[in-house]
This record gives sequence, structure tokens and C-alpha cells, in this order.
Amino acid sequence: MIRMRDKPYIILGLVIFLGLLAFPFWYNVGKASAAPEPSLDTPAIRQLSQKQCVEARSYMRKSHMQLLNDWRNWVVRDGDRIYVAENGKKYEISLQNSCLQCHSNKAQFCDQCHNYVGVAPDCWTCHIEPEENK
Amino acid sequence: MGILVSLLAVIVLILIVYLGVGVANLQFVFGVIVPYVAMVTFFAGIIYRVMKWASAPVPFRIPTTGGQQKSLPWITAARFDNPYTTAGVIGRIALEVLLFRSLFRNTRVELREGPKLAYYWEKWLWLAALMFHWSFLIILLRHLRLFTDPVPYFVSLLEGIDGFLRVGLQGLFITDILIVAAATYLFIRRVIIPQVRYISLPADYFPLFLILGIVLSGVLMRYFFRVDVTAVKELAMGLVTFSPKVPEEGIGVLFYTHLFLVSVLGAYFPFSKLVHMGGIFLTPTRNLPNNSRAFRHINPWNYPVKVHSYEEYEEEFREKMKKVGLPVEKE
Ligand code: HEC
Ligand code: HEC
Ligand code: HEC
Ligand code: HEM
Repeated sequence: MIRMRDKPYIILGLVIFLGLLAFPFWYNVGKASAAPEPSLDTPAIRQLSQKQCVEARSYMRKSHMQLLNDWRNWVVRDGDRIYVAENGKKYEISLQNSCLQCHSNKAQFCDQCHNYVGVAPDCWTCHIEPEENK
Repeated sequence: MGILVSLLAVIVLILIVYLGVGVANLQFVFGVIVPYVAMVTFFAGIIYRVMKWASAPVPFRIPTTGGQQKSLPWITAARFDNPYTTAGVIGRIALEVLLFRSLFRNTRVELREGPKLAYYWEKWLWLAALMFHWSFLIILLRHLRLFTDPVPYFVSLLEGIDGFLRVGLQGLFITDILIVAAATYLFIRRVIIPQVRYISLPADYFPLFLILGIVLSGVLMRYFFRVDVTAVKELAMGLVTFSPKVPEEGIGVLFYTHLFLVSVLGAYFPFSKLVHMGGIFLTPTRNLPNNSRAFRHINPWNYPVKVHSYEEYEEEFREKMKKVGLPVEKE
């Protein structure tokens, strides 16, 4: 059997390469990762007769950033401050006075998910966070 | 022909997902089983390929060179193009892997009237290839945010830099634009240059279409038809912590398409031209120093050869040689 002198180096390189590729497998060892559970326990939501967001929950979960983008454009560009939801309900278009009126627990709600997926929306450099977070 | 076959293959793959997840609700199959099978295939395949390469005998120095060889001290030697030390070889491979140095030398050849052979400046292939590979790497690294909890700082940093442009509220990833543009260029190049088209096989088109499919499904998912990314991360974390489960919140078929195409790419990788990723490091024409004239290389498996020198020959036959009148060295 013919043996090559460089085999040990090649195997070393292979091990390093595979070890790097397997990064997610060993990085997470011993770190408990739990799916976020955004809390709906706020005064405004408690008062709702129907626990409902402006749109369906599944739509909000995947597309709230697109909705917020539309909201902002409608207000800032078209001066349109009323949002008519799919089900005909009307909402004031406002990040602070609608979304965060109901979801006044930003740290237990928005941030829960955002920390989990690693996004940090920069809205709060201009918009004001609800008092409860301070 | 090759184009159609490859395109059809990718379309069939997408249809399989739409039937499997969209119609038959096989989320567990496409979200857990297929990705695991693909991962195992990828790892096993890479190990198999590299070990096979590692066992191939390389008795001689066979580097391809592109510069002055090391000789007399007053002649400048090309340190990287004709490396004569291990450091030179490491530098050569590093430059090759990180900057595609040999591709930078690419030229376009044309036979003109005369006949005259003309070489033209041609850096587009190099540029597109570099953009494509670097974007791919950065996108992969950014995807780590779906596979790690907490997300490591370097991933967030990379995401911040790559996504510093905005589309609406969201970051617009520059690498997304670059990779679509580069992959499209690489495809068009194969189609419109007759010589390149002539040598292009389905094995060339298929990976291109597959990667374009992955990239386009990712782009669609991020900027147009959103999926529940929180649920995607739950699925991904389940995979990497070996406690796989399909999240209760449904994830759109678009995501499963993305994941399935990635799985196919992973499983296909070790058995296709894509292993050039590992192959580039193990190419004897590149990873050997060109020092055959400075050192004597003895073939490691040479066995002692039985020789019969002329002296011995003459010793044996001197009398006979003399008899027929052949000249001999010793009387
Ligand atoms: C009228 C009060 C109200 C307003 C205004 C409101 N929400 Fe909600 N939101 C809710 C309630 C109640 C739920 C829970 C819905 C459910 O479980 O079906 C919810 C759910 C959500 C969810 C899904 C959370 C989960 O369970 O994973 C998101 C995301 C969300 N809201 C974001 C927003 C954003 C962004 C805005 C502003 C555009 C907004 N909400 C405005 C009351 C509100
Ligand atoms: C169910 C989890 C969840 C909740 C609750 C949630 N978000 Fe998000 N949000 C996400 C995810 C996931 C993304 C990023 C998606 C991606 O990476 O494409 C995101 C992205 C965003 C973005 C776009 C940022 C960017 O850089 O892409 C904004 C703005 C945003 N969320 C606002 C809010 C606000 C305001 C709230 C609270 C009212 C909220 N979100 C609650 C999951 C959530
Ligand atoms: C540079 C400062 C700035 C940043 C950052 C910013 N906004 Fe705004 N936003 C404004 C201003 C100014 C208005 C106009 C307020 C008005 O006319 O009532 C506005 C209006 C809005 C509106 C509609 C009106 C209202 O009262 O909410 C929405 C929705 C909105 N922004 C969402 C966002 C989101 C989501 C983000 C984060 C991704 C964000 N904005 C980041 C400055 C900013
Ligand atoms: C070869 C590997 C892969 C490539 C080339 C690739 C490519 C892309 C691209 C170009 C995007 C567009 C947005 C961005 O650049 O972040 C994207 C988005 C996405 N990819 Fe991938 N991907 C790969 C693997 C995966 C895997 C394994 C998963 C499974 C968890 C995945 C899940 C996602 C999701 C959820 C998005 C949407 C992200 C968002 O909306 O912010 N990708 N992908």
C-alpha cells in the first residue's frame, strides 16, 4: 500500500474544515434555546373583548415589517392616518399610538422575537418607546 | 439541450416540494428528514473525496508555473508564480483561493486576418466569479443567525455591514444583488460565447440553475412573499440541536422550496464539479514547491533496481568480444 507523506496534513485540514462547517452543532451545545413567547399581557390587550391584532396572527407574524413599512409610507407620503383592516375595522396608523398602545410591553413582546432572530430595528432612535421599558 | 435538461431538473425539484408540502403536507419529511440526509451525504461525500485524493501517489513535483524559477541569486524569482518554498506555496494557494489569481490572467483569444493571433483584456469572468463566491460565503455566514442562539457578534456585524442599504424598513443586502447579477452573468457567458457553450454540459448548467433557484427563492422570501422567520429559526435550531420538530406555526411552501434546493445542492456537492472547493487545496500542480532542481526527490516507493553495468558486461564477455573484433575498454 502506497502511503503519501502529506496525508497527515490533509487529514488535519479536512478535520479543521469539517469542524468549521459543524460550527452550529457545537456552538449551541449547552445553551438552552427556547422559542420566544411574546407576551400579550398588557392593560390594553386585557381590555379587548376580542383578542385580535390589526390583522390575522399568522399574517402579523410573517409580514408585520411590511405592514409597518406601508403604514409609514401612507402617513409620511400620503398623509393617510386611518388603516382599514381586512375585516373592516379601523385603526389609527401609528407605531407608538397603535402597535405599542396594545403591545406596550415592548421588551416582552417585540424584543423577544427580535433578539431570538437577531434583528435590531432602529425605529427607537426616533420613535419613543413605551414608558414600561424604561 | 443541456440547458433545457438542467432547467427541467430544477423545475421538477420545485414541483416535488409543492406536491410534497403544499399538497401532501409532508413538512416533517422536507423540513427534517431530507435536510439530515443531505447533511450526512455531504459530510460523508466530502470525507470520501478528500481521502481518495489523499491516497493518490504524488511522486514528482509537477507544479504549473507562471514565472521565473529560482536559480542564480541575481535573477529575481517569482515567489508566488513559481514557488520554491512552503511559504511561497501557502501564499500561492491563499491568493488563489481568496482572490482567484489565476483567473485574473484570463484573456480572450481571437484569430484575426493575417492570420494573426490576438489576445484581449478580459477580466469580467474573474470579477463575476469573485463576486459570486464571496457573496455566497457572506450569505452563508449571515444565515448563521438562523442556526445560533444567541446570535454571535460577528454574524450581526456582518449583517449590519452587508445590509446598510435600506429597502423600506428592511436592510437590503448588497450580497443578494451581487450574487444574482454574478450568477446571471456566469450563465449568460456560457450561452453566448460559442466556445464556452460548446464545452458546457448539463453538469455545468444544473448547479448554476440550482444556486439561482436557491438565491431567488431566498430573495423572494425576504423581500416579497414573507414567511414566518421566527418559526424558521425554531425549525433550524431543532435541526442543529438534534431535537428536530416542525414548528406549530406553519411556514410557507416557499421556505420548504428554499430548504429542499439547498439540501439537493448539499447532497450533490461532493459528487459534482462543485468539490473544486476542496480540490483546489489538493491540486498537485499548485500545492507543490517547484524545487526539483534544488533538491533531489527520490520516488518514495522505488525498489532497488538490479543493474548490470557496462564494466560488468565487458568483464563477462571480454573474451568473446575480442574474438569477433569488438573494441573493448580494458585489455
Ligand atoms: C388592538 C390592539 C393591537 C394593536 C393595535 C396591534 N396589536 Fe399586535 N396583537 C394584538 C393581539 C391581541 C395579538 C394576539 C393575536 C392572536 O393571538 O391571535 C397580537 C399579535 C401580534 C403579533 C403576533 C405575536 C405572536 O403571537 O407571535 C405580532 C407580530 C403583532 N401583534 C405585531 C403588531 C404590530 C407590528 C402592530 C402595529 C402595526 C400591532 N401588533 C398592533 C393586539 C394588537
Ligand atoms: C413573532 C415574533 C415577532 C414579534 C412579536 C415582533 N416581531 Fe418584528 N420581526 C420579527 C422577525 C422574525 C423579523 C425579521 C425578519 C427577517 O429577518 O426578515 C422582524 C422584523 C421587524 C422589523 C424589520 C427590521 C429589519 O431590520 O428587518 C420591524 C420594523 C419590526 N420587526 C417591528 C416590530 C415591532 C414594532 C414589534 C412589536 C410591536 C414586532 N416587530 C414584534 C418577529 C417578530
Ligand atoms: C430618522 C427618524 C426615524 C426613524 C429611525 C424611524 N422613523 Fe418612523 N417616523 C419618523 C417621522 C418623523 C415620522 C412622521 C411622524 C408623523 O408625521 O406623525 C414617522 C412616522 C412613522 C409611522 C407613521 C406615523 C406614526 O405615528 O407612527 C410609522 C408606522 C413609522 N414611522 C414606523 C417606523 C418604523 C417601523 C421604524 C423602524 C424600522 C421607523 N419608523 C424609524 C421618523 C423616524
Ligand atoms: C446554500 C445555502 C443557502 C444559500 C445560498 C441561501 C441563500 C439565500 C438568500 C440569497 C436569501 C435572501 C436573503 C439573504 O441574503 O439573507 C436567503 C434567505 C433566506 N434563507 Fe437561505 N440560503 C441557503 C441556505 C438556507 C438554509 C439551510 C435555510 C434553512 C434554515 C435558509 C433559510 C432562509 C430564510 C428563512 C431566508 C429568509 C430570511 C429573511 O426573510 O430575512 N437558507 N437565502
